[in-house]
Amino acid sequence: MNFLRKIFEETGKLVEKGKPLSWAYPVWEAADTIFFSTNKQTSKGPHIRDNMDIKRTMFFVVIALIPCYIFGAYNIGYLNALAMEIERGIVGNTIFGFTYVIPILIATFVAGAICELTFAIIRKHEVNEGFLVSCALIPLTMPPDVPLWQVFIGTSFGIIIGKEIFGGVGTNIFNPALTSRAFMYFAFPTKISGDKVWAVGPDGYSGATALAIPANPVEYDTASNLFAANTQFDYSTVNMFWGLIPGSIGETNKLLILLGALFLIYCGIASWRIMVSSVLGLVFTSLLFNLLNYLTVDGILQAGGFPNAMLTITPLQHILVGSFFFGTVFMATEPVTSSHTNTGRWIYGFLIGVLTVIIRSINPAYPEGVFLAILIMNMFAPLIDYYVVQANIKMRLARNV
Amino acid sequence: MELFNSESKKIVSDPINVNNPISLQVLGICSALAVTIRLDQAIIMTLAVVFVLCSSNVILSLIRNYIPARVRIVIMLSVIASLVSVVDELLKAYLYDMSKQLSVFVGLIITNCIIMGRAEAFALKHGPSKAFLDGLGNSMGYGLIIIVVSFFRELFGAGTITLPDGGAGYVLWSIPESWYAAGYENIGLLVLSPGAFIILGLVIWIQREFAGVEEDA
Repeated sequence: MNFLRKIFEETGKLVEKGKPLSWAYPVWEAADTIFFSTNKQTSKGPHIRDNMDIKRTMFFVVIALIPCYIFGAYNIGYLNALAMEIERGIVGNTIFGFTYVIPILIATFVAGAICELTFAIIRKHEVNEGFLVSCALIPLTMPPDVPLWQVFIGTSFGIIIGKEIFGGVGTNIFNPALTSRAFMYFAFPTKISGDKVWAVGPDGYSGATALAIPANPVEYDTASNLFAANTQFDYSTVNMFWGLIPGSIGETNKLLILLGALFLIYCGIASWRIMVSSVLGLVFTSLLFNLLNYLTVDGILQAGGFPNAMLTITPLQHILVGSFFFGTVFMATEPVTSSHTNTGRWIYGFLIGVLTVIIRSINPAYPEGVFLAILIMNMFAPLIDYYVVQANIKMRLARNV
Repeated sequence: MELFNSESKKIVSDPINVNNPISLQVLGICSALAVTIRLDQAIIMTLAVVFVLCSSNVILSLIRNYIPARVRIVIMLSVIASLVSVVDELLKAYLYDMSKQLSVFVGLIITNCIIMGRAEAFALKHGPSKAFLDGLGNSMGYGLIIIVVSFFRELFGAGTITLPDGGAGYVLWSIPESWYAAGYENIGLLVLSPGAFIILGLVIWIQREFAGVEEDA
């Protein structure tokens, strides 16, 4: 360690104030604090003594994501083997998948690091570790066969427009990872719109995902028939839970996401209120739609009703299919962009669930609605907080009269 | 010569740079979003706005002493509307394809806030030569921004650069087929209005950075 310390002290002299290389100080500082704890002390209050500094919080989120990465890689290999009709074994499948995951990861981190360092140098602040989490999340939301230059552009957009424009980590309105996901969704719809199967396979190997709305939804009167219509893949409930279906890299296996969620809740990083309430919102809305569709089938609402198989998807299927679970655990709970009051968190999460089902089921243009729902609620989170705080003030005033 | 002293220069150059109607006053945004899908549309639109704004400023400045303050808006509107109609008819006569592409947006120059704004804020208070320079500066400032925005929107959104000609536009350069074969894709988002907002926002950001303008929080 002494050797490392020496290197940092020697190079540190080069980037001191007044030296020609002083613009590179943020880069040096970032590298230094990875290996050593800082000797800087906070000069102003509040002073909080806690082991969970920003770096460690971010690091724990990344740890929670690692299982998703490994399973995502395995799933790529598994689906590819299925499509090519060959056997490769678990290790072979995982290695095959990593040949797709790692380039995406590298493209994301290179883009993220370039943006973050550029802004740190221009604005003369220290490199913030927030971009590491954003960059770790972005590949998990990508289809495995996405072109790397699109990942590069998408990540840069997410980091710059989603975060740096608003002043960097802690001041952003929208989740940077989701911003880049949304940008890519609208910018490159041929690759990432979510109605086609995302799997690495032979040419022309594609089909409709479970959430793609069929051309004539009236034909399928129940959700089970709707999912069964995609004969290429097995969209049974068990299979969807274990994640052996095509999808974005990190979102398919629900068990690993659940474990990640428990880990984050145990460490006090993510809010369980948001997770629970968004599931509640999803269950409530999908049950409502189920009821609506039931009435329609019975002919009561026939005239103005919408005979739509998407409305018959049960709450459980809604949770298991698509990336709702991943989004609500890792994206919606982001501490900066979510609500900050506990009551606000319940409302915020609930509305994410409601909006997800509405976008999925009612809007035929977007097969998946989680990321849009979370971005919309990101926008409203400060408003919700404001009214929660005002209500509290009013309540306490009334108590004193 | 009054035309070339420093004050006149400032009247022309300010709206192009440090007091740009779009990027600093945030006026005329609607048409900046609507006609910036293709470069040739933006160029023709710029010419139309240059003509309308310069003429309306000069005409209103000439008659400024005879306009009763109470009905000035009506008079300003009727002058501007007649000029816009002239442009519209000219486009229909000589650049029919372009006029079809621009459709209602030529007519909507009447409602462009920049034109009414300059008439109200400048032409009614200054002589015709200054009013002309002011109109020139503001319309060029408007044109500069929409040309820059449309250049990037067309290049990255549709993969072409089109210049205006008598017909449907002359394609100066388009992204070669070999790029598409190698995996390049146009950014479809830029053709939509949100794309215009994003590009416009970036242009505003960069321009304010260079003009050194800070807005109070």
